[in-house]
Amino acid sequence: MKYLSLAYLVALFGFILLPVVTLVIFSFQDGRLPVPPFKGVTFEWYAKILTDRAMMEALGNSLIVALLSSLVALTLGFLAASGLARVVLPGSVLMRGLLIAPMTVSYLIIALGLLQMFNKIGIRPSLLATGIGHVVINLPLCFAILYAAIGEHQKSALKAARDLGAREWQVLWFVAAPMLTPALAAAFFLAFTFSWDEFIIAFLLTRFDVTLPVEIWSMLRSGLSPATNAVGSLVFLVSVIVVVTLELTLFRKGSK
Amino acid sequence: MSIEKQEKRQGAALVAPALLWTLGFFAIPFAAMVMMSLAHLEGREIVQGHDLGNYLRIFTDPSLRRGIFVSLEITAVVTVISVLLAWPLAWIIATRVPARWRRMALLLAVLPFWTSYVVRSYSWALVLGEKGVVMNALVGLGLLAEPVQIMATRSATIIGFVHFFVMLLTLTIYSNLIQLSPNYARAAEDLGASRWQVIRLVILPLTLPGVMTGAFLTFVLCIGDYITPQILGGNNELTLPQLIMLQLGRRGDFPMASALSVVLMVIVTLAYAACARWLKMERV
Repeated sequence: MKYLSLAYLVALFGFILLPVVTLVIFSFQDGRLPVPPFKGVTFEWYAKILTDRAMMEALGNSLIVALLSSLVALTLGFLAASGLARVVLPGSVLMRGLLIAPMTVSYLIIALGLLQMFNKIGIRPSLLATGIGHVVINLPLCFAILYAAIGEHQKSALKAARDLGAREWQVLWFVAAPMLTPALAAAFFLAFTFSWDEFIIAFLLTRFDVTLPVEIWSMLRSGLSPATNAVGSLVFLVSVIVVVTLELTLFRKGSK
Repeated sequence: MSIEKQEKRQGAALVAPALLWTLGFFAIPFAAMVMMSLAHLEGREIVQGHDLGNYLRIFTDPSLRRGIFVSLEITAVVTVISVLLAWPLAWIIATRVPARWRRMALLLAVLPFWTSYVVRSYSWALVLGEKGVVMNALVGLGLLAEPVQIMATRSATIIGFVHFFVMLLTLTIYSNLIQLSPNYARAAEDLGASRWQVIRLVILPLTLPGVMTGAFLTFVLCIGDYITPQILGGNNELTLPQLIMLQLGRRGDFPMASALSVVLMVIVTLAYAACARWLKMERV
């Protein structure tokens, strides 16, 4: 039983890690094709990527879109969650349903709907259009995480603050936000990652200023290249750093 | 004004921005898309109509109808294989791996989950290609006389999908397993169940909510994905999302793209209805 478990574990880890390991190894390939045999180590492809202007612009665009769209989604989600947790409004259930609904619809359909609407009202494909789309997909996530984090304890603290004469913005800023910091951080980082990695909405709703996944996509058209491996490895490295940092700081307490 | 009324007004004011955003950028575009699916293309002009012509074509035109079946087949195969692979993995990590390695093992098992979606599919194209690592190893070891074509076939799409969803399902099933009290297994063992019986008759049924949640997520994400079939599967057989993108790209046929999207939506809704029983249980 023990050996069988170990063998299964090794086999599955091999399957899961194979593409990533291959990706990283052949990003150092000293040759034109990222396939065996491995011809030696070079940093040429990383240098090429880091000096590629289109790539660096796409990287900057991705960062801006991810940062702003997750901040907007977080703010809207936070306000809505504290509003709905505070009082029972007529139609509360319906409102929660509507806010969560985009989560069940595939990104392609959301992108298509926005593309048609933007065409009609004259908003050109742009980073702004993409950002709006990213808020649509991340708002349900932020709302759900924050709404779940507001328990009875939080509710009574908020009520106490209000009874003591705090204004609404003071309640939110000085009481609710500090109490919900872990949930706010988790929601923000998840939203950031999803926006950073999102392809189809960015693909349909940008034209000249593209984001990183779209730029990588257009690189793929010219076939396999160690340069693509290098970009992929860099993106992977960034995500791993974010995830490991989160694991070591935010979620440490929760898990133990 | 009574306090209660004021409370309600303030609550509503807080919810309003998020609601307006969702209405304006999700509900209205979605409704417009449904309307668009009833229109049709004449030359390059979109003519607004109220007929079901597009839907009729989807179910009669072989190339379009085929897309629905291709998507359903791939999604079904992927969901089943992923559950079968992920369950033992989650179980081994949750019960066999020593406690202090557990989080490490889980983190490692889902590490590529966090890489870029496009990059992940590209990596598989790299690995599965004619000159890729896998073919190289198989031919080098003498297991194959010549490289076999995997890229640009359905197998490549399925492998790419299974890779992603094994990670997703391992997460959902693991979180389910870890919450189970060890007393269930102990009680069953005390009552004379063999280890295999404990797993099959006690643990497995108890993880059904986690499995169903994961399977539903797999279904929804898999059937709506464009990247994996496009990069790995190529253009030999097209899935629904590929067909949708084709309508947009080649002819600007928004009405047909919308109709296909509505069909996709309906399939997902039906899947939800089928799983709703277990999905609800999960929330309790």
